[in-house]
Amino acid sequence: MSVTGVEGEERDDFSRAESKQIRARSLRLLGSLVRPLRWRIVGTMVVLVISIALQVAGPALIALGINTGLPALLDQNDWMPVALIVGAYVFTGIVGAALAAAFQVISARLSQAILLDLRKRVFLHTQRLSLEFHESYTSGRIIARQTSDLDSIRELLDSGLTQLVSGLLYMGFTAAALVILDPVSGIVLAVSLIPLLLLTRWFQVRSQTLFRQTRVASARLIVHFVETMTGIRAVKAFRKEPRNARQFAGHVEDYRDANARVIRLFGIFDPGLVLIGNVTVAAVLVVGAFRVVDGALLIGSLLAIVLYTRRFFDPAEEMAMFYNSYQSAAAALEKISGVLEEKPGVPDPTTPIDLWKARGTVHFDQVKFSYNEDAVVLPDLELTIPAGQTIALVGTTGAGKSTLAKLIARFYDPSEGAVTLDGVDLRKLHPKDLRRAIVMVTQEAYLFSGTVADNIALGNPEASREEIVAAAKAVGAHDFIESLPNGYETDVNKRGGRVSAGQRQLISFARAFLADPVVLILDEATASLDIPSERLVQLGLQTLLADRTAVIIAHRLSTVAIADRVLVMEHGRVVEDGTPAELIAGTGKFAQLHAAWRDSLV
Amino acid sequence: MSTTTPDQPRLSTFRAIARIYPYAKPAMPWIYAGMGAALAAGIVTLIIPIVLQGLVDGPLATGDPGQIWPAALIVLVLGVLEAVFIMLRRLFVLTPGTHIEARMRNGLYAQLQDLPVAFHDRWQSGQLLSRAVSDLNLIRRWLSFGFVLLIVNSITIVIGFVVLINWSLWLGLLFLVMSIPLWIYGYLFENKYSVIARRAQDQQGDLATAVEESVHGIRVLKAFGRGKHSLLKFADQAELLRGTEIEKAKAIAGIWFWLLLIPDVAFALCLLGGVALAANGELTVGELFAFFATATVLRFPIESIGFLLSMTFDARTATDRFFEVMDEINTITDPDEPATIAAPTGRLTFENVVFRYQDAAADTPGTLNGIDLTLEPGETMALVGITGSGKTTMTALTTRLYDVTEGRVLLDGVDIRDLTREELRRHIAMAFEDATLFSASVRDNVLLGRPELTESDTPEAAAEAERVLTEALEIAQADFVHSLPSGVDTTVGEEGLSLSGGQRQRLALARAVAANPAVLVLDDPLSALDVDTEALVEAALRRVLATTTGLIVAHRPSTVQMADRVALLQEGRITDVGTHSELLKRNEHYRYVLSSLEDEELAAAERVDRELKQAEEEGRRRDAIDRESRVIDNEGEVTR
Repeated sequence: MSVTGVEGEERDDFSRAESKQIRARSLRLLGSLVRPLRWRIVGTMVVLVISIALQVAGPALIALGINTGLPALLDQNDWMPVALIVGAYVFTGIVGAALAAAFQVISARLSQAILLDLRKRVFLHTQRLSLEFHESYTSGRIIARQTSDLDSIRELLDSGLTQLVSGLLYMGFTAAALVILDPVSGIVLAVSLIPLLLLTRWFQVRSQTLFRQTRVASARLIVHFVETMTGIRAVKAFRKEPRNARQFAGHVEDYRDANARVIRLFGIFDPGLVLIGNVTVAAVLVVGAFRVVDGALLIGSLLAIVLYTRRFFDPAEEMAMFYNSYQSAAAALEKISGVLEEKPGVPDPTTPIDLWKARGTVHFDQVKFSYNEDAVVLPDLELTIPAGQTIALVGTTGAGKSTLAKLIARFYDPSEGAVTLDGVDLRKLHPKDLRRAIVMVTQEAYLFSGTVADNIALGNPEASREEIVAAAKAVGAHDFIESLPNGYETDVNKRGGRVSAGQRQLISFARAFLADPVVLILDEATASLDIPSERLVQLGLQTLLADRTAVIIAHRLSTVAIADRVLVMEHGRVVEDGTPAELIAGTGKFAQLHAAWRDSLV
Repeated sequence: MSTTTPDQPRLSTFRAIARIYPYAKPAMPWIYAGMGAALAAGIVTLIIPIVLQGLVDGPLATGDPGQIWPAALIVLVLGVLEAVFIMLRRLFVLTPGTHIEARMRNGLYAQLQDLPVAFHDRWQSGQLLSRAVSDLNLIRRWLSFGFVLLIVNSITIVIGFVVLINWSLWLGLLFLVMSIPLWIYGYLFENKYSVIARRAQDQQGDLATAVEESVHGIRVLKAFGRGKHSLLKFADQAELLRGTEIEKAKAIAGIWFWLLLIPDVAFALCLLGGVALAANGELTVGELFAFFATATVLRFPIESIGFLLSMTFDARTATDRFFEVMDEINTITDPDEPATIAAPTGRLTFENVVFRYQDAAADTPGTLNGIDLTLEPGETMALVGITGSGKTTMTALTTRLYDVTEGRVLLDGVDIRDLTREELRRHIAMAFEDATLFSASVRDNVLLGRPELTESDTPEAAAEAERVLTEALEIAQADFVHSLPSGVDTTVGEEGLSLSGGQRQRLALARAVAANPAVLVLDDPLSALDVDTEALVEAALRRVLATTTGLIVAHRPSTVQMADRVALLQEGRITDVGTHSELLKRNEHYRYVLSSLEDEELAAAERVDRELKQAEEEGRRRDAIDRESRVIDNEGEVTR
């Protein structure tokens, strides 16, 4: 068994080989992110090591001051040693603090560089992946990869990792200082490591499950909350409030309980650390005090030993948290590396063919399309759409109309055969030329945050304001845009903004108009319009489509009137092909549909 | 932000935070107990150095090993006590703290559910969410941690300085003076930092929005080949965030520098002073020893004051934000003495209804401007008008999602404001154009309006629920649910299976039908359905509407066909009421709204017919020619 890409992402029962493969994949990704920065990482480490060594020096210097400085002053009234030691203390203090501060900044630069690289990579790759991938992977998951997963990696890089490394170094240097000062106390400290490790391990294991529970509980709470607030009309209309309040109280209690458990865990871990630290202090005190009496240990050294021992445990709590952030970051990286491993199903050509001026002849050359072995959508399609012709696609849901349209727009590639534009296989056509020549407008007219003008300009970023307005006028969107609070400068995505579904479609029509493609595909693009608007659009379309190749899919047969040619599709095959007049006059499927539709109008 | 709350004079931080007292009251004894435990822990840690001083100046100086054990034992006991007190503090405070948080959260949620739709129009759910989650989290942490430690650490610092000064006035003062800049800087830092952190958070939000849009709008981006364009925009935003993050790191570096430097310099100076004093005999070695031990103990409380203060101000802001929602006055409430309709017949009357959105300027005409309309019991009325004419608003008034600005809406002669909202919404059920499904099973979503069936355990109720469910699904042509993974028990909504717009709409329709109301209000309920399904739904709906009063917003002639009468809405008024064919005949605006396309279509059809005739003629001519030529072929020159 092997897992590639996002396959098996939701599973948690990977075999050993699969886990290894996934880990190797995320390590490869990590390596590729870190490699260009390796020398900077080394430099950062050097800064950190020196800084911590200097920070740890303090108690040793106090010991030195009491052990040698004080006697020198007492016996010879010699200020030199004390002055030197205090000078050294101030020096280590300044340099240590300065380096620690510098480390903060350079480590942030490092982690931000890695994050930026990763962000861009995932974003770009997401955009490259085919629609087929997006449709099966769902938008929620791909967004989660780029937001919450990247956040956990950021958290690890930002605090987790630096805390772990500096904590380890701090403990290491403190222990080393202790051993140098007094090896016997070092042994006591080493013994204290046993309960420390046991306690930390226990905390890690427990906290991992508990943290997961809080995340699950908070996610439920949030989903319920957001659903209630966004669906408040339905909540009120169907009197869901009391039931909601009960459900929500349940979620709140679960979340509270999960939180309380985590807090209780800290309530044991934190005093536990203090306890271990304090017992160790008492132990080194006993072990040291007897030797002070014997004269084997200087009193200043005992002070330093006590101070070091107390400080040794300081980073332990934060370090224990590292494991959690590491766990979630590792999981996140595994998922992200899976997405990055996905091969784009509709890849850009390696040696693209330019097509500066397309005429607009579209040809389906024995095209077969299937999502998988079982679901063949188009068995074998042979079709030529001459340049300038307007085609209407008619047929029931699932007949393959949208697939045909998406193949022309190269949202998908055919499983067999080829789709060509002016004789050039779309797969070889330069993406820029392809997108300039062929534009598709769909039913869900998505608007991006920004102004109305920005959204229209997406069709052609270089367009002037006059051209934008002209495009809006051409599709009958100008009047309603002018009536918006700030006209073309109105922000469309202020949620609850009063741009209706129909108006969104008008804007997306204007966008397509501005793009001025040779081939225009309209997939249910007028479904949300009210009748007067639809009429306007149709008027606009007649001029817009006059010299273009166009493919129109519409449930409402009124659209068909402007077509030169109608294709009736059934089960992925074209069953009728002719001018509207010919088909209406005939006895086929279209004639029946048309008759039924005309009956519905009266 | 809230526009209705008048600007009140800004409360002091203390008074502002004190507003959470009613929620915190039951937990206050625990919080005080926690403070006591924390203070005890602080005092214990301060006693340890005193014992150490006794040890150093006593047995260690005199060389009496017999005294070491008792001293070490005391240190051990004190150490254990410290751990115990810390544990007690957490134990006392933290669980009650979570209860406060839960209480506030439930209170907020109840208030939000009660507030009218107009409130929710103004507030994005994200803003409400951050109040319900992070703000309340912060308040809890402040109550059980920030508040307790702020008070206890302040006391500990005072006691600690008394102890330090007790050993040496000058060293104590030196240490005190050195720690003052730390408090000031710590406080300033937190303020500065929270500004940058806020900015980073906002930019992160923007970045997340860019990601969401790039994913949701992927078809548009691909269709226009604007992937590069959006990458550049995204990269710009990511760069901006990186800059802020580095600025944040610089701020942290600033505080780290001083947090590390000042204590070290203080210790170094104290070492110098201490050694000098000890040399003069003004300080024993034991006292010097204990001084450093105490100063080490005091490091954390001193460093903490800055961020505890800043946390307090954050908690204040969070409290303000919480009360911003809680103080909102609900304008749509139940009457004190509600009327009731025992057996509703379903007569729905709009009487001179005027409605103006609250954010509309006072001098502009209302969205609805004097609506008079009566739906007789059992009658189905279609509501027709161009986009923006107020159709949806009018439907929303029937269940008091909004209240009329002037005039009244009557159900069976009773002003709907005299009914409880619960009763009103039992009598009138709605289906919305954007169909909202909740994270629950298909069954629960459809039976949402029938809690008496779903929440009862009797077999009769269960059977009735099943019957209602089946019937409603059938009427809405929602048989697709049976092919879902778990049939009607499949979870849909945010946390479940995502359905297509048409599927969602059909379930929402089934939900309205299943509610079995006296009045059914449908806001363009079929817009996302294809023609075939639409026809089937319409046929089934007719059966329901035969006995139920119906108000249906319609965009298509076929939907209008379901209605007995049609009301034409134009510029906020009902300008005509009649049957479809009547209006078609007499009302030009109606023809414009509903049938101008039909005219066009008829024209197109006529054109087609004409072409057809032409073609036929052409064909006939061609046939004739063919025939003739055949005749020629057959008969040769004869007929010529």
